[in-house]
Amino acid sequence: MRMKVTIFSFALAALMSAGVQAQDVAGGGSFAQGEIIQLAAAGVSSANTFNRNLKKQKVHNPPPPEDGIHDPENEATYTLQPPKEAFTGLPKTDFGNRVDWVKAIDQGALKPRWDRVDPNEEPFVMDLDIVRPVKASVPDVVFPHRQHTEWLFCSNCHPAIFIPQKGANQINMSAILLGQKCGVCHGKVSFPITTKTCKKCHSKPKPADWKPPLSEASVKNPWK
Amino acid sequence: MSLTTKRNAVWKSLVVGVLVYVGALAMPQPAHAEYADVVINNYADAAGMRPAVFPHWFHRIRFRCKVCHADLGFKFKAGGNKITMAKIIEGKFCGACHNGEVAWSVENCAMCHSGIPGTPTHFHGSTVQRLIAPAYKPLSADKTKVQNTSGTQKKK
Repeated sequence: MRMKVTIFSFALAALMSAGVQAQDVAGGGSFAQGEIIQLAAAGVSSANTFNRNLKKQKVHNPPPPEDGIHDPENEATYTLQPPKEAFTGLPKTDFGNRVDWVKAIDQGALKPRWDRVDPNEEPFVMDLDIVRPVKASVPDVVFPHRQHTEWLFCSNCHPAIFIPQKGANQINMSAILLGQKCGVCHGKVSFPITTKTCKKCHSKPKPADWKPPLSEASVKNPWK
Repeated sequence: MSLTTKRNAVWKSLVVGVLVYVGALAMPQPAHAEYADVVINNYADAAGMRPAVFPHWFHRIRFRCKVCHADLGFKFKAGGNKITMAKIIEGKFCGACHNGEVAWSVENCAMCHSGIPGTPTHFHGSTVQRLIAPAYKPLSADKTKVQNTSGTQKKK
């Protein structure tokens, strides 16, 4: 009996702490020190928050006083524009801040300035798709210059982030997730790397006769 | 074991369970700030100001990335520009527009300096932040220890 109840309360605690991220545990205001330590121990380790605990955000585009980084005690926080108000009429997506910014420009819903002061200056748009073959079986990557040059200038990426030469840039998903290469913007301001966005880059199906490349070892010493 | 101690144990574990449950509910929820909001706290905290919060979304409605990141020289790095009020007043960085001509000027301290005190410099909602340095809740001094063990670093 005692065992059962102890297990029950443990399960209860685990259930609840699973819903609370480690930082929230640290933020518990009205608890005695002992309880905080106990909860922290039962809480989710920050090292394990990848994937399983990259939880869906339930509230999107909250007004500044409720967003957790603006100070609600600051009077000017209430004068700031809530994002939702500004986003009405803009095309939507399922990720990032829920606005499809590229589509917004394409549709003409937005016309951000290309110059600090001159509203009539037009961007220098280059329409060139770069196909990057991918070793793995996922579709190949198509990098569209057009969408990027609508927003950015050549010097933003070349040559510091990407060497403008075929085959000169080693790119992999880990580097991107860690904020290198495409990850300098993607995952920070432009659309994030989620399972919903894979296909935005990996968009060119492999040719019908595609076979996985042989590893260096099997090329050197083929078993046959 | 007598019946009374068994009951005691039952009650104790129930009470602990309920306490933990209620405690978990009472915890503040994680921050939900806008994707790509940047908190800049290079010097603000030390100077007794709230950290500055830069809303990317608000600016990208009005300007393309190129304006700030190519023309004004903002690096693609949160806190990497070492912006000071002196530079802004000279017309560099934010001061290129926030000069009373293109946008409102520097008298409106609290419009930018609106972050919760103690919030470290970071890129809100970024994949990197979520993978490596999880979101934090700004804490009072005695709780900072717990915060630091959860992998968040305060960069100066």
